[in-house]
Amino acid sequence: MMTAQAAVSAVELRGISKFFNGVPANQEIDLQVRAGSIHAIIGENGAGKSTAMKILYGIHRPDAGEILIRGDKKIWSTPAQAISAGIGMVHQHFMLAGPYSALENILLGVEIANSSAPLLKRAFESLARPVDRKGAKARLDRLADQYGLRKIDWDLPIETLPVGVQQRVEILKLLYQEASILILDEPTAVLTPQETEELFSNLKKLTKDGKTILIITHKLKEVMSLADEVTVLRAGRVVGRRAVADTKVEELASLMVGRKVNLKIEPPSKPVPRDPVLEISDLHLSTAPGRARRVHPLEKISFSVRGGEVVGIAGVEGNGQSELLQVLLHPRDFSKRNSASVAHATGSVRCLGRVTLNERTRLRAEEIKLLGVGVIPEDRHREGLLLERSMEENFLLGHQKRSAFSSKGFILRKSLRESALRAIEVYDVRPRVIDLEVEALSGGNQQKLIIAREFECEPKLLIAAQPTRGVDVGAIEFIHRRILEAREKGAGVLLVSSELDEILALADRILVMYAGRIVAQFNRGEASEQVLGLSMGGAHA
Amino acid sequence: MTFLRSRIFRSLQPLLAVLIGLVIGLLITRLAGENPWHVLKILINSAFGSRYDIGMTLFYATPLILTGLAVAIPFQAGLFNIGAEGQLTLGALAAAAVGCVFPDIPWPLAPVLAVLAAFFVGGFWGFIPGWLHAKRGSHEVINTIMLNFIAAGIASWVTLYVLKNPESQNPETKAVGAGYLIHHFQSFGDAPLSSAFVLAVVAAILVSVFLWRTVLGFQLRAVGQGESAARTAGIDSGKMKIIAMFLAGGLAGLVGVGEVLGNAGRFRLGFSPEYGFIGIAVALLGKNRPAGVVAAALLFGALHKGTSDLDLETENVTRDLSLILQALIILSVSAVGLWDWFNKGRPMVNGGRT
Repeated sequence: MMTAQAAVSAVELRGISKFFNGVPANQEIDLQVRAGSIHAIIGENGAGKSTAMKILYGIHRPDAGEILIRGDKKIWSTPAQAISAGIGMVHQHFMLAGPYSALENILLGVEIANSSAPLLKRAFESLARPVDRKGAKARLDRLADQYGLRKIDWDLPIETLPVGVQQRVEILKLLYQEASILILDEPTAVLTPQETEELFSNLKKLTKDGKTILIITHKLKEVMSLADEVTVLRAGRVVGRRAVADTKVEELASLMVGRKVNLKIEPPSKPVPRDPVLEISDLHLSTAPGRARRVHPLEKISFSVRGGEVVGIAGVEGNGQSELLQVLLHPRDFSKRNSASVAHATGSVRCLGRVTLNERTRLRAEEIKLLGVGVIPEDRHREGLLLERSMEENFLLGHQKRSAFSSKGFILRKSLRESALRAIEVYDVRPRVIDLEVEALSGGNQQKLIIAREFECEPKLLIAAQPTRGVDVGAIEFIHRRILEAREKGAGVLLVSSELDEILALADRILVMYAGRIVAQFNRGEASEQVLGLSMGGAHA
Repeated sequence: MTFLRSRIFRSLQPLLAVLIGLVIGLLITRLAGENPWHVLKILINSAFGSRYDIGMTLFYATPLILTGLAVAIPFQAGLFNIGAEGQLTLGALAAAAVGCVFPDIPWPLAPVLAVLAAFFVGGFWGFIPGWLHAKRGSHEVINTIMLNFIAAGIASWVTLYVLKNPESQNPETKAVGAGYLIHHFQSFGDAPLSSAFVLAVVAAILVSVFLWRTVLGFQLRAVGQGESAARTAGIDSGKMKIIAMFLAGGLAGLVGVGEVLGNAGRFRLGFSPEYGFIGIAVALLGKNRPAGVVAAALLFGALHKGTSDLDLETENVTRDLSLILQALIILSVSAVGLWDWFNKGRPMVNGGRT
């Protein structure tokens, strides 16, 4: 059915199955990747994409099935074996050592991985042999030339380089290791549109030189613009293979989710102007003197959010968005009077008419929540949920003092249970097992649980940070609809997202944050993805 | 295999670990040339053989329930309290000091005052590292260890220079007034089992209600479970940690009630055979839950009493077997826990996030 049948595939998986704790993660995965092609693996969270790729890369051993590389059957138990067979992987979270230079990051472990000698001997050899930095640099520059990648300053500490460059370093590292099959796990998650474009053109150049590329993604638009072929996984099984030329985004989305998905949200009605629910003026943040942990500074941030509108903050991650959220939610932690604070904030913030931060006042996080502020935190695992606790307890988190759930300091278990059951029904959290630990839920359902919790008390101000990160297409649709519903009901929404599509679809006003400042402002419909991308990259700074 | 991962099995794990520890321990007595069955019989007999034996087992279990709770509560809040030893020392000293300074207060006001003194002074000794951790970020493990030494120093000074019993060569304080002594249960023979045991069990029940039924307890556990998530939910994590450490210190301090008011009638230096540290093992075995802590404390009490007759009744095994058994049980608990962790540490489907 595919052209791949004609020639030998660069990569072939046959009947791969993998179980974790008896739960199937992969079942009879068949995959053929033509040499010199870009092959996308798509699927919802928990569909088994990463597992399949980790099996190919030697991190997991399959319980059944076989791996063929250029027609040869391979069995490996460590990534080192996969690497020596020419497979390389760029993980979603880069595996880089921050303070080391770009060059050192490439050299780290390379010598050892390429040798087949026993471990101790390898370790000794790599100690005894001085590293040929000049030679390595020259070879890397030649590689960059050969594949048309932009030059990198090899001597700078990697953490000081932009994310796009870090990714280029990761890719060059694979090329340096002579990898011919490259696996990229969600490579565009942290890139600006411009950086994404550059990455894609680089990847296309690589395939011209015979490299084979596997890319894991959930962004269907990227599949369409980049890949040659696509394999769709759902619930651990392959549910479709398509040549990209023969398919459409809508078809891929339905394959992934298993039902028809409406990707377009109806454009929301014009915002009805109401009173401001959040007013920030001249907010500054600077690292406290003598603190080792440095905080991204904020400069002269001023904006407001009115009831009934969505204000989107666009920006590449790490430009101060997290700090802004922290200051809004925990003003007291950034006070000069608090000796434990790592950074000091000045300026003023009013939430729902109350001053939460100014020269004299710093409200506690609890007081701010009680004003009627709902929060969808950036990192749902760390900030949003108690992973090892039940759905019920997680539903209570943050509402434990509301009179609906407690009286005289005791938790009203019956009414808590009833509300929680109703909420997971209404917000369609699955499975509907209230005593289940949240850890066991998929990313999308975890996020729905947070939304259920934060929307239950009808917040007047909703702060939503990366609300759809790592959740599947079906859940994205659901979450977006809920946010717009809250807006219809008159809530003001501050949406912080690095997904441009999300910002463009939801926000009535868009602010672009770059290097700790608001560098541009647009109304709905005024900005294209291109323009936004340029501001996110600092063009208007 | 699925059974081995089920919830029922998980809750039975400590029991399994105890069995493994006991079996290995008894096999060791075999190496020493004893009949393991014989040793086991002595153990059971001398822990539960008579009313007196049962009374002694419960008597030994009493302080361990309290120190077990003193480790378990901070653990639920994400803290490791190694300071129960210092907290119980000062709690006991406070109970004795009240009894020495105001000997004429009548029953039942006297014991109530002494209990309050023990609770609040022990609590204060827990509050210090809790406050330091919450406000200054200094590590509670180091601070509780250091405070143990300071407590020992204070106890020596007060015992030897302030409240010294002039009629005794032993390092002990004067006797507390007669109104302070608490009820001894008559049905356990000469065993000094007092109402302190009831106090400890009631404390465990209250802690259980506190942790799982109250808002404060929920907030405290939320901090231990995920501090960032708790803070985002508006919970003051520092306050919860301070409360956890204060309660822990107070409960450890109550060990002094059984010792001073229920047993010796005075504070004796070095009365605690490291109850505070055994409490760590008790909390570990009891999975940091009050019911588990009570069960584990009873087991350790039984081991302590059970091995007490080994010196007399066997040729080759001494009562130190108690320590070996305790150590083996702790090792098995850790091993079973490790196994659990090992399974859990493996990535779930797709590593949880993609």
